[in-house]
Amino acid sequence: MKYTQGQYIITDKKAIACEIYSFTIACPEVAAAASPGQFVHIRAKGYTLRRPISICGIDKDKGTLRIVFEIRGEGTAEIAKLNKGDLIDMLAPLGHGFTLNDTYNKVVLIGGGIGTPPMLPLAAFYGKKAVAISGFRNASAVILQNDFIRTGAETILCTDDGSAGIHGFVTQPFTELAKQGGIDAVYACGPMPMLKGIAAICKENGIFCQISLEERMACGIGACLGCACRTVRNDEEYFAHVCKDGPVFNAEEVLW
Amino acid sequence: MADLSVKVCGTDFKNPIIPASGVFGYGREYEELFPLDKLGGIATKGTTLHLRTGNLAPRIAETPSGMLNSVGLQNPGIDHFIDTELPYLLTKNLVVLANIAGSTPDECAEVAAKLEDTDVHMIELNISCPNVKQGGAAFGTSCEMAAEVTKRVRAVTKKPLVVKLSPNVTSITDIAKSVEAAGADAVSLINTLLGMRIDINTGRPILRNNVGGMSGPAVFPIAVRMVWQVANAVNIPVIGMGGVSSGRDAIELMMAGASAIQVGAAIFTDPYAPVRIIEEMNDWLDSKGIASVKNIIGTVKPW
Repeated sequence: MKYTQGQYIITDKKAIACEIYSFTIACPEVAAAASPGQFVHIRAKGYTLRRPISICGIDKDKGTLRIVFEIRGEGTAEIAKLNKGDLIDMLAPLGHGFTLNDTYNKVVLIGGGIGTPPMLPLAAFYGKKAVAISGFRNASAVILQNDFIRTGAETILCTDDGSAGIHGFVTQPFTELAKQGGIDAVYACGPMPMLKGIAAICKENGIFCQISLEERMACGIGACLGCACRTVRNDEEYFAHVCKDGPVFNAEEVLW
Repeated sequence: MADLSVKVCGTDFKNPIIPASGVFGYGREYEELFPLDKLGGIATKGTTLHLRTGNLAPRIAETPSGMLNSVGLQNPGIDHFIDTELPYLLTKNLVVLANIAGSTPDECAEVAAKLEDTDVHMIELNISCPNVKQGGAAFGTSCEMAAEVTKRVRAVTKKPLVVKLSPNVTSITDIAKSVEAAGADAVSLINTLLGMRIDINTGRPILRNNVGGMSGPAVFPIAVRMVWQVANAVNIPVIGMGGVSSGRDAIELMMAGASAIQVGAAIFTDPYAPVRIIEEMNDWLDSKGIASVKNIIGTVKPW
């Protein structure tokens, strides 16, 4: 199975920050097929388009997925109304995820805001080999730090206003880490200016970098060509699609 | 079990449900979810003479009970379609409508000519794209341009020719009559309605192309009206589409005069929508004791 669509039971729901929710969903066949960096496409009752949400946790033994999402508009607000015990309609798992390599000795995971959740399955895979840098607007927006610590990853927290962790953007601690060397790969998800900055630092230091992008999406499986992203492949400009070619791209492929 | 088969332009469909062009690609992505041979047919992604990269993103926006899109005809070109996609689809036991488009009547005719030696079942000509030879106005917005492009394509193909009409016109019946006179074997309607949304926080249109085509349940009553008017104005079959999302909608559009039904945006909400709609149509016909879906085509009793 590559992907399927169905109704699955929400086995846990938590509000983990202002307007940010964590759902655990019992979906054994989806969990079995899912890999870090992929996403689920969720139907919002009363809306035409599904909402793509990145996968924040994969428990193949328990047959569950975890998603963490922020209320961004009416569709995500509708999804947030679902409760423990309710059915959630998902088309999943979708997209091309992160490239994992167990010979890597040191990787850096960089999440900005609601771009942080897809970094957690990478931390679960790399454990102590990972440094997880997370950036948020302020202390009240901070999420998932204890989850990262439980994976064994080293954590570095930044906030824009200095109300928690380092006062500044994720690129500051990352620049220092990059200078120290020894990084095999960088994985990042977050706002475009952050990703652009990280990609530039990686290029300068010759570090392999993968980023996860988002775009307004319709089908979610590569049929409608709605979620175009300008990329370069084989020296030619190519409109890739975030849902099928991505959401994870090698940073050097993306035309910013 | 009702008889769901229909015949359009002499071509047999095992049921009247066809995923509309643009939502379904060339079918491969949906075969992961259900066998394509459940479908009556497929209208393939609009294909032009050469590869087109399409518009910049965002290309998609949600609207009340619907959506906007401005993909900009991104497609790999007709040669790729003929070499790679068509052979695959022809193994699937369904009617293949090759949706074609072009920037000039010449380009449309050249694309159609390339399909003439293939086993594709029907050609669906998209006349809602801009005619660059006429200042960028869509072919489908004037009777003269619509007739000209239809004639040019008619001249190079013996395949059943379905002309897909734009609803963004003053009188869709006049356009339908002009393409009928120019040699169309059938018409399909409605294409999307031009729409626009603005993000009031940034003052920017949500779509990078500023405007885009609106579809989804919100446009369904417009489709019913236009299909009814066109079916009464021409003597060629009408393939209906526009906001169909249930078996009841499909039955309603057939009562208005459609001989077959295309399903578009509903597939984004429910990827199984075409299969579900076929089952719902069958259940409704059975519940009414109607033996064949053909018996409901154009049966609306207007006041």
